[in-house]
Amino acid sequence: MYRSLADAIRDAEQKGISLARLALETEAKDQGRPVEEIRGALRRALEVMRGAVDRGMTGDLFSASGLVGGDAAKLRTGPPGPLAGTPFRDVLARALAVQEVNAAMGVIVAAPTAGGAGVLPAVLTGLAQARGIPDDAVIDALAVAGLIGAVVAERASLSGAEGGCQAETGAAAAMAAGAATEMLGGSPAQVGHATALALQGTLGLVCDPLGGLVELPCVFRNATGSAIALTGIELALAGVEFKIPVDEVIDVMGEIGASMDVRYRETAGGGLAATPTGRRLARERLVQIKKR
Amino acid sequence: MVSLLDIIGPVMVGPSSSHTAGACRLGLLARNLVGGTPERARIELHGSFARTGEGHGTDKAIAGGLMGFRPDDERLRDALEIADREGLDYVFDKASLGEDAHPNTARITLERGERKAVMTGASLGAGRILVTEINGYKVEVTGSYHTIVLIAEDVKGSVAAIATILAEHEINIANLRLTRKERGGDAFMVIEVDEAPGESVRDEIRTLPWVRWAFRLDKVSA
Repeated sequence: MYRSLADAIRDAEQKGISLARLALETEAKDQGRPVEEIRGALRRALEVMRGAVDRGMTGDLFSASGLVGGDAAKLRTGPPGPLAGTPFRDVLARALAVQEVNAAMGVIVAAPTAGGAGVLPAVLTGLAQARGIPDDAVIDALAVAGLIGAVVAERASLSGAEGGCQAETGAAAAMAAGAATEMLGGSPAQVGHATALALQGTLGLVCDPLGGLVELPCVFRNATGSAIALTGIELALAGVEFKIPVDEVIDVMGEIGASMDVRYRETAGGGLAATPTGRRLARERLVQIKKR
Repeated sequence: MVSLLDIIGPVMVGPSSSHTAGACRLGLLARNLVGGTPERARIELHGSFARTGEGHGTDKAIAGGLMGFRPDDERLRDALEIADREGLDYVFDKASLGEDAHPNTARITLERGERKAVMTGASLGAGRILVTEINGYKVEVTGSYHTIVLIAEDVKGSVAAIATILAEHEINIANLRLTRKERGGDAFMVIEVDEAPGESVRDEIRTLPWVRWAFRLDKVSA
């Protein structure tokens, strides 16, 4: 797969093809598998993503600690806010839903990780539903997301333990922004700007879950990550360009992660995990393996 | 090289690719050592596995793996109850497995009939695992390939003999590592192969007079 999004955008422009097609053909060549087989795996991923969205909306799922769960349903049934009736609110609900399923040991697609698994399905299936976009186009978008994630994996990191939450929900927001931009008709260059616009909004974001568990704030970080992805999409499709090239934004995310104090990299030593209430909840609610 | 499907995947039961999906794969690999679901299992959890394991379902994931459930199997959530029902007698302990051990390490001791095995392995993140010790031998098994592991007397031509058997079954060797504790002592061979070897391959290897034991580990990663 590509190590530079700029290279991928240039190749797609020169060949006059979409980034999705470029990503699928490159993957097929790399892995020695037919494109249809790769699309088949992405189709299965999309089915699991939709299943997780639906399961999470029922409002009866809670994590082992009981700290998270039931909030996605509130966005479906709760009182309206300024975004009521818009795809924006629906995307937020979907992001919470998938991450609540994850926290309750349900089936999800790690995309790019389990902790950031809510953003991509929320943005892609939410916008596809709102615009009546066919599944084949959503599968293409997943390929674009995979291309962007692969570049981030090569140049920076996709691990909260290595790079903080910017490497998990930040990377997920970048992937979702770029993927949805092409799905909604944006050019390869616009995909690059959407990716950069989303990622710049999460730079420096720490990984600080209570007790080290993928629960709080992870569930909510997937909602805010989705909001940042939507911002990148809206701006890029409107013609806004981000002046720092996307590869450089990805590089600096990796640099910030590498220099981040270990307290902010999934160790529960800092951030929200180390607040008085965070520590108390971890002590009271996060059960330990019992001998038996 | 990063694959697109590594990024959009794996499909897994949450909440953590390292503490749940990787833990399940450790159980899956370990079960091979006794040829099926064990009757008795002692699982020692080290480091982060011990500290955050229950909240991440690490115990359920390992028990599920020992029963043959894969990382995307929803039965993982109820694996401990299923184990109780199915007669898998398990015990989880917290243990310190040394300063050099990866933070997500488990030592799994299994019994099934006459067969016994001890395996130590770690979950490295993103669902990837590394088995570091089997029955006292240092190994490196990732589960990314079908793997044949064997202990043999340190005789000349042993590698050639094994390679010949695999070639006859049209099985291609991807990686081969040979270790021994001392010159002339037992040799430990880890052979990663591209095609899944059948029971007949293992049986043929076992009939070699200088092979003490051999088993195959099914590939456990996507």
